[in-house]
Amino acid sequence: MRRRTKLNINPKHVLIALVIFCIGLIIFSFRYGEKLSPVKNAVGIVVTPMQTGINYVGSLLADWTDNFRSISELLEENERLKEQVDVLSYQNKLLLQDKYELDGLRELYELDQKYLDYPKVAARVISKDPNNWYNVFQIDKGSRDGIKVNMNVLAGSGLAGIITEVHYNYSVVRSIIDDNSSVSGMFLKTSDTCMVKGDLQLMDDNKIRVEMISKDAAINDGDEIVTSHISPNFLQGILIGYVSDVTLDASTMTKSAYLTPVVDFKRLEEVLIITELKEPLID
Amino acid sequence: MKRFIVYTLEIIILFVIQSATFHYFRLADVMPNLLLILVVSTAHMRGRMTGMIMGFVTGILVDLMFASYIIGLYALLFLVIGYLAGFTNKVYSNDDYTLPIILIGIGDLVYGFFYYIFEFLLRGRLNFLFYFRRLIIPEVIYTIAVSVLLYKLLHMINNRLERKTEEEVQN
Repeated sequence: MRRRTKLNINPKHVLIALVIFCIGLIIFSFRYGEKLSPVKNAVGIVVTPMQTGINYVGSLLADWTDNFRSISELLEENERLKEQVDVLSYQNKLLLQDKYELDGLRELYELDQKYLDYPKVAARVISKDPNNWYNVFQIDKGSRDGIKVNMNVLAGSGLAGIITEVHYNYSVVRSIIDDNSSVSGMFLKTSDTCMVKGDLQLMDDNKIRVEMISKDAAINDGDEIVTSHISPNFLQGILIGYVSDVTLDASTMTKSAYLTPVVDFKRLEEVLIITELKEPLID
Repeated sequence: MKRFIVYTLEIIILFVIQSATFHYFRLADVMPNLLLILVVSTAHMRGRMTGMIMGFVTGILVDLMFASYIIGLYALLFLVIGYLAGFTNKVYSNDDYTLPIILIGIGDLVYGFFYYIFEFLLRGRLNFLFYFRRLIIPEVIYTIAVSVLLYKLLHMINNRLERKTEEEVQN
């Protein structure tokens, strides 16, 4: 007969010790955040493969529930899409002709194709911040695939976010709708610069705030915003979204507006990472 | 020892499910807080010491995987919640399924409130009512709904462990 010897420690003392430890850890990580990176890396190597597996099951389940959409709905959609294909293929031909013409003109003017041919690599979104407050997610490519901090992340045709942390086999991406995010943008039409800032309060409407637009910028609803030439981290000319509701600020010095991103952040599964960093400024 | 392994597995499994799968099952854009359910119900069933250590380990895990700047905040939150929930072990009854669920609701409320203070209020986001209505309340409701099932499961596991320990003592 062996009863486990009961250690007689007052829980209060353990609580105090652990609280002090936590506060110490907060201060330590605030001061020397990068020193803890190896520990995070080790945890990531153990947990990430599990998340990838579970995630696969999760997406299967999600697909399966989607299959319950009624067939008639799908047939109707098919009909509509076929029509659309006809229209679009015609338009595409016209556009291709325009493109050939444009290519010729570009060569004439010796314009660089500035951002059409950035090298890209694809990655899968494996998990999201387990929290409802942020929009940070993880992708299954890390330092072994050549990912570096501050690389730009695209989804579809627009900017999705930026890499904030890189570990051996995964990296962390902060999306542009995150409350902490702010991107220097530019109106494609008029080259006026602005700041694109994520805001939790606007996330429901799938919008982002745009600030610091010059008061005499001639912009209208629906104008495109791209990443600007003065941004330190984002490559120039990546589409962010379309502007709406332009209003003059109370200070009457600047204008603000809302922006609808081209990326659908609710259904983000695959992303593209531009493996080229913006040239840093060096003294 | 067996208890230790079971708890570790519980933490890892719930953590993986929470972070990897649950955003497929979001309702009104929020996810239930499975880890909080685990910490509060374990603390309720086992007392302050277990709840506290469980909370600490869970929090550290979340911190290491997800917090980008500050490590220790989640650990601190979960630690304190686990400790406080442990006090209710005195009124723990084997077939009461209502009280633990209420406790989990309160725990999530406290968690959301402090999270708002640390991460949002300190950055000057003052619109508490918005965050309360939009994030905290839906999360609490969803968490409570999930906890009805999850608590039963955890309770079953706990009872089985308890029975094992008793048998060992009798032999």
